[in-house]
Formats: sequence, C-alpha cells, structure tokens
Amino acid sequence: MTHFDSIGRDRRSRGSNPAPDSYYGHPIVKEPVWELGIPIYFFFGGLAGASAALALGARLTGNARLARNATFAGMVGVVASPPLLIRDLGKPARFAAMLRVIKVTSPMNVGTWLLNATGGGLSVAAGCELLGILPRLRDLATTGSGLFGLPFATYTAALVADTAIPAWHEARRELPFVFIGGAASAAGGAAAIITPPSDAGAARRFAIAGALVELAAGFVMEHRLGLLGEPYSQGRAGRLTRLSRVTAGAGAAVMALAGRRRIGATAAGSLLLAGALLERLAVFEAGRQSARDPRYVVDAQRRRVAAGTSRGASTFAGLPDERETLPAAS
Amino acid sequence: MMRRPLPVVERPDAWPASYGDEARPRLGFFTDTTLCIGCKACEVACKEWNDVPADGYVWTGNSYDNTGGLSANTWRHVAFIEQDRPLHVAPSKARLREAEMRDGAAGPDAAPLRDRPSGGAPRGDGYPPPDAPRGDGGEGMRWLMSSDVCKHCTDAACLDVCPTGALFRTEFGTVVVQQDVCNGCGYCVVACPFGVIGRREIAGSKGVGMAQKCTLCYDRTKDGLEPACAKACPTESIQFGKLDELRERASRRLEQVVARGFDGARLYGANPDDGVGGFGAFFLLLDEPEVYGLPPDPVATTRDLPSIYGWMALAAGTLGALVGLSFLGGRR
Ligand code: SF4
Repeated sequence: MTHFDSIGRDRRSRGSNPAPDSYYGHPIVKEPVWELGIPIYFFFGGLAGASAALALGARLTGNARLARNATFAGMVGVVASPPLLIRDLGKPARFAAMLRVIKVTSPMNVGTWLLNATGGGLSVAAGCELLGILPRLRDLATTGSGLFGLPFATYTAALVADTAIPAWHEARRELPFVFIGGAASAAGGAAAIITPPSDAGAARRFAIAGALVELAAGFVMEHRLGLLGEPYSQGRAGRLTRLSRVTAGAGAAVMALAGRRRIGATAAGSLLLAGALLERLAVFEAGRQSARDPRYVVDAQRRRVAAGTSRGASTFAGLPDERETLPAAS
Repeated sequence: MMRRPLPVVERPDAWPASYGDEARPRLGFFTDTTLCIGCKACEVACKEWNDVPADGYVWTGNSYDNTGGLSANTWRHVAFIEQDRPLHVAPSKARLREAEMRDGAAGPDAAPLRDRPSGGAPRGDGYPPPDAPRGDGGEGMRWLMSSDVCKHCTDAACLDVCPTGALFRTEFGTVVVQQDVCNGCGYCVVACPFGVIGRREIAGSKGVGMAQKCTLCYDRTKDGLEPACAKACPTESIQFGKLDELRERASRRLEQVVARGFDGARLYGANPDDGVGGFGAFFLLLDEPEVYGLPPDPVATTRDLPSIYGWMALAAGTLGALVGLSFLGGRR
C-alpha cells in the first residue's frame, strides 16, 4: 500500500483536523499592497505603448494626422503614469531609486526603463509636433517610441505573472495577450475619437482587432486555468470581468458598424477605453482574491505533487515498515 | 589567520562566488518543531532586538496564536495547531500488542486505544479503520507548535524581483533588505512564495513604507553572535549555525523522531533541489506544510522568468503585427 493518497498527501499523517489544508484559513501568500493606482497605471501604460506603435505605423504610411493624434493620445498615458507610480511609492525620489540599476530579473525594473524610453520618445515627438519643428528628430523619436512601445504595453503582464500570486503566475501565457489586446483597443479607440474618420481607418481596425484579442485571450485563460480561473469569474473580479467584456464587445461592435461617423467613433472609442480599464481592474482584483484564499496556492502545488512534478520541499525518512525493525523507544 | 576553504553549499553562480574571499560559510536556522513549547520567546526577542513595532493587541481565538502570521512587523511567528489525534504512533507492533494486553483488549479487532475513554471499552462502531494511526496510550490530542521565519531561500524570488537592488545576499548567504535603498514598491511582497515579507504601514514607526523581514540578525551574525530568536529559545527548537552542519544534524534528528514514533515527521526545506534551491531556514514538521500555513511545493516565481518573458515577447510581436495589419487597408 502506498503511503500517499490520490493527491499526494501523506496518508500516515491524516487526522481529524477540521481544516487540514490550511492554517485557520489564513492566506499563504501575501495580498498585493498595491492600491488602485497600479492597475490604472497598467491601463495608461498600455495606452501609451500601443499609441506610440500606432503613431509609428501612421508615420510610416504617411498618415500625418493620425501619427500626430496617436502621439498625443500616447502622451496622455505618459503624463498620467509617473504620478500614479509615485503615489504608490510615497515620494518622487523613490521612483529614481529604480534607475540606479538595470536588473533583468525584475520586470518592474525593466519596465521602468521601457517607460523612460517610450515616454521620452513620445515627449520629443509630441514637442516637435506642437512646435512644428525638427521633422527628422520627430521621426526618429517616433520610431524609437514606437518600437519600445511594443514591450512597454506588454511588460505589466510579465510583472504580475512574475509573482507568487496563483491567478497571475499560472496565467503567464495568456495575460500578455489580454494586456496587448486591451492596449490596442484603448489606443485605437482614443485615436479614433480625436481623429476625423477619413484618417482614422487604421485606428478603428486596430481598436477592433485589439478588443477581439483581449476577449479571446481572456476566455482561453479562464478555461485553461480551471480552478485557478475561478477568481476571474467570481466576486468583485468576476463582476469587473463581465462588465469589461460587455463594454469592450459593445465598443468593438459600435466601432465596426458606426465608426465612420464621428459620433459613432466617439461612443465606440469611449466604450473601448472603459473596457480596457475595467479589464485591468478585473485582473488586479482576481489576483487579490486568489492570494486571499489559501486553497488556490495549495491546490496548484498539490496538483504538482500528485503529478509527480513537485520539486520536493518535504523529505521523509523511515517508513513505517522500517520502523518495525527499529528498537522500541525506551 | 588562514581561512578554511568555503563549503560550496549551493549553486556557484551568485553567492558565494560574488563575494570572493569575503564569503563566509552559509548560515541558517533549523527549526525543530518537535521541541517547540509555544512560549513565543523567539517572537519577543526578535521584536526587541530588531526594534520591530507593535502591531496591535488582537485576540484571534485561534488556539494560543494571537500573532496571526509573518509580516512586516512579525519576523518570527509561532503557529499553534490543535489536532484530535495522538502525537505518537506505536514504534512497533510488539509494543502496541503489549499495551493492549495490559489494557485487557481482546484480539486484533479491538478498537485502537485512543478511541477508548481512558482505556475503557472500545467504541464498537468499527471506526476508525484498523489502518488508522494508533495511539500508544489513550492520548487523543496533539498540539503542534512551530516557529516560522523567513526561509532565506537559495533562489530568493524577493531578491530577484527587487527593482532597486535593495534586497541583497549577504556574505553569509542570507537575504536582507537595505533600508536606505528600498523604495517601497511592494514587488517583493507578492513575489515571496511564503508570504513572508511585507511593507510596513504603521505611521510614525521606523522604516515605514519599506519592505521588512527577518535579517537573520545580520548585525549580530557579523559580530559572531547568534540571532536573537535562537538565543532566546529555551528548548533549542530554533537551532542556528552553518547550514551544511544543520542539515546533517536535522537528518539525524529526523531518524530519531521517526524511530520514536512521532507521526508525520518530515524535513521541510532541507532539499537543495526543491523549488527555491533549498531553504536557508528549514524545518522539521509533523504534518503537511499547509497545516502550518506553509506552501507544499514552493517554487521561486523567477524560475519561470524565461517562459514569462517568452510569452511577453510573443505578445509584443503580436501587437506589432496588429499595427501592421491595421494599415494594410489603407486610409479608409
Ligand atoms: S522569497 Fe520570502 S522566504 Fe525567500 S528569502 Fe525572500 S522573503 Fe524570505
């Protein structure tokens, strides 16, 4: 007879403890200390990064008006980001502390550099646009920010995936796609609001494609995760998820059907922006919920133990049969 | 003075190689929970020595545990678990039979001793099944006590994700937060697989807004002193020393307690191949880790960084492709 039950628990130690899988239901991992500013930053960061990429695309295809407007939309994200981060840290000098090293093992550190690169490029490009000067420099800055904008819009997914929070860590495959989808729908939506429809075709397509990627990746994620997908569909996170999906879906539909009229584009763009923001809030809340309940931590790890893929934190010696041969304790 | 060659306990890539000649043997804790009496001297000594602020006067109702768990303001935490089962299983069948004869139980079908009120009549309902753990003297309750602490992981996720480099590995192989560098971002808090580290939020206290956790008394070990908790522990449940020596001692101790019939004994964190590369502070437990509020198979999240960055790169590429596709249709 094996000493381990079907999910890898040591049978010899089962007792009548009423809640044997947790310590008085206490969480095992810590809930994030981050407040609402952080998921809002995720949204603005995505808006900035994807807008920078959209601006580059517009510049390359000679759509000057869209390039200019996407740059300005990106600037909104760039301007909003540092205050949100500093609000969480406490004082501005603490933001600068992240710039004393380049540390690849810390997605937060990497992201700070990406924010600087994308934000710096966008600022230069926006300045040139406003003053109508230095088109070469403007194009160079647009190119830089457009390229850095791609990882910048994505890294926040890597940031949350690189934690011990079960609903985030186990979702490391799909989360980046959820985030770029949201970023694209926000950036496309914002540009479509402020750009005359005749110049905004690419922005509309970008927005619709983004919303579709966001929705699809979200569904795949929730279903692949099984029990760990629960937090995304339950409680406050579940309400936010459903609201974000309805909003983003409606935004994409309105954009497709009425996006060529200014009023339709404005309505659709607003819905898409709201959907992308709600989706970041939902992911954030799902992470908190999964941290609060030790079941999610234990379940994912117990499944590894059962599958024989655990890393063996517990080591045993002396099985009961061997005990028989040992001299009795006096 | 000639320095003896360092015992290379772990991977060579970072510590101790990064310290060169200044590296010291890796230090750690072996917390033998079979010896813990739940006096909380470690909690108090830690708070006193490290000037950790009080964090409330709470009555939890969870046995004698009114601390709750490790946090920015609790660097040693004593867990109390009350279980309706005996501490020991019989060390041998012969001894159990002897006890049963003495108590007048008849034959192999008699209910285990622990189910009889002070050695009286069997319950007679056939429960628990015969293969359930058997008591060795009618003792039907056990109290598990365990003093938890930062594990000083070999692969420390907190240290890996720290964006400023405030978390660092000392010459003793321990993990410490530099208070003058920490920017309070809170990333380490969610990276730790054990929920050890926290950000101090008590207004007006020392180090508020910064990450706080056990330093393995870096200030004391530097001067050759043992950490405050180990010093205060009256039963040597908390043992401090060189990690390789502690591991040897612990495996001998495990054999001993198993031979004495302690039920469910196992080492937790002594295996250098586990998900965090072995703990610098490891434990002898008497039940599953989750019973003590510990994760059963902790893995440093940064072990998955290649896949995390891989999926991120794929998604960033997809975003670029979306931009490209959007402009294919021309201006309309
Ligand atoms: S990851 Fe947690 S347990 Fe490991 S060294 Fe860091 S704070 Fe301690």
